[in-house]
Amino acid sequence: MVKEIERYGIPIVHMSTITTISQAVGANRIVPTIAIPHPVGNPSIAGPGEEALRRDLVERAVKSLGTPVEDITIFD
Amino acid sequence: MSNPFKVLYYVNQFFGQVGGEEKAGIEPFYKEEKIGPAAGFEALLEGEGTVIGTLVCGDNYFNEHNKEAFAFIMDTIKAAKPDLVVTGPAFNAGRYGMACGEIAAKVTEELGIPTLTGMYAENPGLDTCVSKVIVVSTPDSAAGMRTALPTMAKIARKLAKGEELGAPEEEGYIPQGRRLTVFSDKRGSKRAVEMLLARLNNQAFETELPMPQFDRVDPALAIKDLSKATIALVTSGGIVPFGNPDRIQSASAQKWGKYDISAAAALKGGYFTIHGGYDPVYANETPDRVAPLDVMKTLEKEGVIGKVYDYFYTTTGTGTSVGNALTFGKEIGAELKAAGVDGVILTST
Repeated sequence: MVKEIERYGIPIVHMSTITTISQAVGANRIVPTIAIPHPVGNPSIAGPGEEALRRDLVERAVKSLGTPVEDITIFD
Repeated sequence: MSNPFKVLYYVNQFFGQVGGEEKAGIEPFYKEEKIGPAAGFEALLEGEGTVIGTLVCGDNYFNEHNKEAFAFIMDTIKAAKPDLVVTGPAFNAGRYGMACGEIAAKVTEELGIPTLTGMYAENPGLDTCVSKVIVVSTPDSAAGMRTALPTMAKIARKLAKGEELGAPEEEGYIPQGRRLTVFSDKRGSKRAVEMLLARLNNQAFETELPMPQFDRVDPALAIKDLSKATIALVTSGGIVPFGNPDRIQSASAQKWGKYDISAAAALKGGYFTIHGGYDPVYANETPDRVAPLDVMKTLEKEGVIGKVYDYFYTTTGTGTSVGNALTFGKEIGAELKAAGVDGVILTST
């Protein structure tokens, strides 16, 4: 899905936990995430800590869309 | 034959009979028993080999704590000194496939022990090992166990005895991209002309050198001004409105859905997950843990991004065929392009 959307020339960032899969399928912008059942969250720190964590991850994703890349790039 | 060869078997929490998704986080353990497919596998060796024990590890644990999982797994294998390590088969299970592939590759590379696994040709784990390990070609679901195990057992017997394997199609494994010298009674020019004639006559022919498929998409240009950009949120994590109005499948998705989130501040309170491939507890509590609409709306309010696109796109990634995923991506991408969306965040579980 990532690749087909990017084919339209729209920059796309893949937020995923198993980044090796993400690289294998050919995502160009990748943000590594926390865990499979909660990629952008962490129930063990639910509350402000979790909100800050999610914000950090999403900000990284947004920034990656504004960053020129030439090849597969992991934003961690 | 003298002593039967010793096989060490690896399975995930499901085939290890520990439990389903709720147990996917369990740490690896080893038992000197034949667990799950290991028992059937041993029977198929017909006395030539014996399964000395089974390693079990949760799919999430393996992928999220790769180093720790590997430390235990490699130590166990070193201590048990098997003649052959068998992982899976993983069919089309992605996380399980990564584990089966990575373990098989590392064991054969670092310990020099022959390894064998089984997967569906589209399993993402295939790339981790196919050049180093024999991967038996299996159907996409565990219903194919009955056909997968006999092929794996047959190849295992050859590997353990150090016998040469035949060509991938004959033996039933996935081609490794190796080239071997074979003798032909016809010289190359004659074979080439015959192929060409067959092609011109619309007859079947088989190339001797299939071209590798490199399907990469060039990275799209970066967004110049994020504060004016419209960003869309897409997920393969199966997050849908309560009641799943479009009846999106919980596995092997046949369709995707889009939902108007222009007035929502978060997904929490209106959405849940129907994804059948991970423990849904945390996502059902707060679906924004899978598709972070809450933070995106905050960033919109703060002017970090221009706008969150009015629709949120969703489907289920587990077991979904590459073919369907391509179609979904094309269809969703066409809509986003037409709507003038500048960038996309896609989350996966």
